[in-house]
Amino acid sequence: MTLAEATYPEDLLYHPEHDWARLEGDDQAVFGITWYAQDSLGEVVFYDPPEVGATVDKDSSYAEIESVKAVSDVIAPMSGEVVEVNDALVDNPEKANEDPYGDGWLIKVRLTQPSEAEALHDAAEYRKLLENS
Amino acid sequence: VSERRTPLYERHLALGAKLVPFAGWEMPVLYEGIREEHSAVRTHAGMFDVSHMGEVEIEGPEALAFLQRVLSNDVTAVEIGGAQYSCLCNEEGGVLDDLFAYRLGSDRYLIVTNAANHAADLDWLGRWSRDFDVLVRDVADRYAMLAVQGPHARRIVAGTLGIELPARMRLATVRIGGRPAFACGTGYTGEDGVELLIDPEVAAPIWVELLDAGVVPSGLGARDTLRLEVCFPLHGNDLSPDRNPIEAGLGWCCAEETGFVGAEAVARARAEGTAEKLAPFRIEGAGIPRQGNPVLANSEPAGIVTSGSFSPSLEVGIGMAYLRADLAESGTEIEIDVRGKRRAARVGSKPLYEKER
Repeated sequence: MTLAEATYPEDLLYHPEHDWARLEGDDQAVFGITWYAQDSLGEVVFYDPPEVGATVDKDSSYAEIESVKAVSDVIAPMSGEVVEVNDALVDNPEKANEDPYGDGWLIKVRLTQPSEAEALHDAAEYRKLLENS
Repeated sequence: VSERRTPLYERHLALGAKLVPFAGWEMPVLYEGIREEHSAVRTHAGMFDVSHMGEVEIEGPEALAFLQRVLSNDVTAVEIGGAQYSCLCNEEGGVLDDLFAYRLGSDRYLIVTNAANHAADLDWLGRWSRDFDVLVRDVADRYAMLAVQGPHARRIVAGTLGIELPARMRLATVRIGGRPAFACGTGYTGEDGVELLIDPEVAAPIWVELLDAGVVPSGLGARDTLRLEVCFPLHGNDLSPDRNPIEAGLGWCCAEETGFVGAEAVARARAEGTAEKLAPFRIEGAGIPRQGNPVLANSEPAGIVTSGSFSPSLEVGIGMAYLRADLAESGTEIEIDVRGKRRAARVGSKPLYEKER
């Protein structure tokens, strides 16, 4: 089962490589992939998370997520240090399809450059970007 | 260059298929999802549009002698209404294509080629046919091809189309949609089922009729995972003109005594053994192998993955690789270098997936 309708929640920030960030407080954020990303990839069967403590750099790959047929790098929307990974997703990778903004989250990060948020898109901008791609 | 479309293109769009370019064709890779489609074929019945595959008719007093010359298997063993798997080899014993030959009459055969090789196969067959009293005809445009596969496939096809189906590895001349057609007891999934060669003009209504009867439309994605689980090689991945049938594990379909083109090289490979062998493997933990991944044994280069995927039935990464011959034994521990991460794997035996009895 996948989430049938394209959805892009208003409370998230979006990276053009189809990743989202949910800011928590001043210096933490949760990252994940967007509805568009999981729909293009198809049924996710494998999530290879980074280690807790690893550094992630804005615009760089921090994890791999795979469907039956394809591998996709997951791009960090912001920079920081991994403080938590979604271990439940490793056991149930299909959650990335079913609930990409909830149970399908990928990592939680302590942000080193919270101001990077300004460069990300809001939901309306991201939707526009998808329409024009 | 625009891709060719099968007679079912509009049907695929109507079902919301994800279409991809494949061997010069625009083909459905999936409809709802590869796992669902895979499982439908394993447990019920799935239907694939394989109209991209090519058909070649061979007719004439020397049709048998000609095919015996170009195909690796012993074609004299095929009775009228029979089917046989063969390799088409070059003089060096390299595999140009792998294909099924069906005997339509005493001096009439039909072979079904891989889409990517169809044009080259035709050239090759045309060239070798000059020495024989035989006609090689490209009849690919005459047929749409539907593969209906799965434990319930035969029952549904027979009931829905009101035809009697041939036994496994047999072909029957039937009427489908009011037109002459062939029903073949063959497939590429490891499940029971049939492949139907039908008039392109009736392809769409027949497709819809079978869907209405409950078969699940399935794309090339599931076709690939299904064939890989049962270790059927795919030309272009596991078979190529640079590999002979012996190292590919297809010695069983080579009868060198018939003197087919490439027989000497194949006989030599069989007698002397090959440096590498195609072997199936499964990943022991995490990771999904992909085509082109290097294989290691004791940290030394040991081969290369030619097909790799997640296995929906086994729920683990599986693949086939050309391995140093001494490693190509069931149980051997190997590692697959998956984009820089070494994943523990173990050589298995064919098929990797077997239905519980």
